Amino acid sequence: MAVVRGIARELLKNKVLYLMFLPVTAYFLVFNYYPMAGIVVAFKNLNYVDGMFGSPWAGWDNFDYFFRSGKAWLVTRNTFLYNLAFLAAYTFFSILVAVLIAEMAGKIFKKTAQTLMFLPYFLSWVAVAAIVYNLFNYEFGVVNSALKSLGVEPIDIYSEVRYWYFILPFIYVWKWVGFGSILYLSAIMGLDHSVNEAATIDGASAFQRIRYVTLPLLKPTMIILVLLGLGRIMRGEFDMFYQLIGNNGILMDGTDIIDTLVFRSLVLSPDFGMASAGGLYQSVLCFAIIMVANGLVKRYDRDYSLF
Amino acid sequence: MGIRSRDVVALNAIGYAIVGLFALIAVVPFILVTVNSFSTEHSILYYGYSFIPKEFSLDAYEMVFRNPQKMLRAYGITLFVTAVGTVVSLFVSMMAAYVMFRKDVKYRNGLAFFLFFTTLFNGGLVPFYLMIVRDLHLKNHILVLLLCGMLSVFHILILRNFIGGSIPDALIESAKIDGAGDFRIFLRIVIPLSKPALAAIGMFTALGYWNDWWTPLMFIEKENLYTLQYTLYRILSSANFSTQIVNSIPRLDMPKESLKLALTVVATGPIVLLYPFVQKYFVSGITVGAVKG
Repeated sequence: MAVVRGIARELLKNKVLYLMFLPVTAYFLVFNYYPMAGIVVAFKNLNYVDGMFGSPWAGWDNFDYFFRSGKAWLVTRNTFLYNLAFLAAYTFFSILVAVLIAEMAGKIFKKTAQTLMFLPYFLSWVAVAAIVYNLFNYEFGVVNSALKSLGVEPIDIYSEVRYWYFILPFIYVWKWVGFGSILYLSAIMGLDHSVNEAATIDGASAFQRIRYVTLPLLKPTMIILVLLGLGRIMRGEFDMFYQLIGNNGILMDGTDIIDTLVFRSLVLSPDFGMASAGGLYQSVLCFAIIMVANGLVKRYDRDYSLF
Repeated sequence: MGIRSRDVVALNAIGYAIVGLFALIAVVPFILVTVNSFSTEHSILYYGYSFIPKEFSLDAYEMVFRNPQKMLRAYGITLFVTAVGTVVSLFVSMMAAYVMFRKDVKYRNGLAFFLFFTTLFNGGLVPFYLMIVRDLHLKNHILVLLLCGMLSVFHILILRNFIGGSIPDALIESAKIDGAGDFRIFLRIVIPLSKPALAAIGMFTALGYWNDWWTPLMFIEKENLYTLQYTLYRILSSANFSTQIVNSIPRLDMPKESLKLALTVVATGPIVLLYPFVQKYFVSGITVGAVKG
């Protein structure tokens, strides 16, 4: 009772402030917390009429179905491996570009280049998919026109999966390197430059300086960002995959991720069992991985952990 | 001295090569799309896409603008949702950030956790979809375009950190001594002093709204509520829809491929044109987020 009175007193004391927080409270309760309660739908045999809470229970049937269909392993593997590739490529190229820009001379060139590299970030994946189609189109794509003029056989990326193992990371980096390089560049700017100067005075070459001073100093930031990225490793880039691959059956086995599987099962089939089991599977997995990743970050540098 | 300047020269050379390459790769696809949208259908089908159009023509654009209703409608919807959504989002987020910043709010850490937990765990697509459609009846309603994705926990936290970093407690204290209420302090002091953060976060929010095609895909079936990117998506993924949208008598050399390109340019054009001017806000937003806090 005393607790309740304590809460009431606090609310009354700062009532204007708590009222100001109300819209946000309402929003997240409705759009985030209420659906959390809806995870029960994964254990139910959903029919639309009875809805989430009225449908009959089905125990673990949906999960049975999800795992037994073989899809579970397939999409898990794809999601994990693609995200890993994305993270590695993104981190590597962002740092590379950031370091180069930090060291290079030529202000106008640097500014222009940064502006250009940042552009893909602003395009929606719809537009990017259109561009990719135009580039790689079998009949008139630029890539194939170039190949043909060199006497090489044109390639049809839309009917063979193997190209996508490279195309997808490439496009991911293309879209995000502008953003990432700004991130790492600002981290580099925030470093203490006196060590760099000391190294130069001591006769270190520029490359030595980068290798033995800048990069090690950048390591904390890099580790944090990589760990945070790993924490999201089971959350696929739905927009990207859905736009670029679409519903191409041939490519699906090699490029389907959890998110696209759940989406298709819900919207296109509709296969509520698969969708809800896959969805809960992903949410739980993500939660577990984030907790582990955050625990690791905490061990490294307490200040950077998410909580 | 000699050795040192040699490696600096080498580094610069590598830098120019790599950074230049990346910049080129970033912008070339878009240039290609734009350039080829100005060529005739025939030259595309015959020569393929190229950097300099072999046959110049405005056919594709003529087709896009001949029956502009759907495109204009899509533009209108998108502009409305982006403008209203961003303003409301900023206002509401800023209020929440302010409340969490105030040290005399006893439960502010609890509030922060309340928000933060939503980034750790979510209920998945199915409950979300069912809720919106069955319980809230928001299908085919403009509200769903506004509400979905309106608030982001990260944005709110960034705003909170910004307020904490740039508005001294003493200022708030003296305002309270002068008798100002909390909301008044918020309107008269906090918001004006937070303009840089509002601009940066506002840009990210606006971009999110502008590029959103997922919400219409999930929840909108009425054509008059289609957003710009969704319209582009519909056209690109269905040949029928594209002829519907331009509604003209078929000709032999009817722009189809070039039409797709022209539509892409029209749908993305505004962003590319505005982009140089607003870029600095995005950059400041990223650097603010990069700094520990």
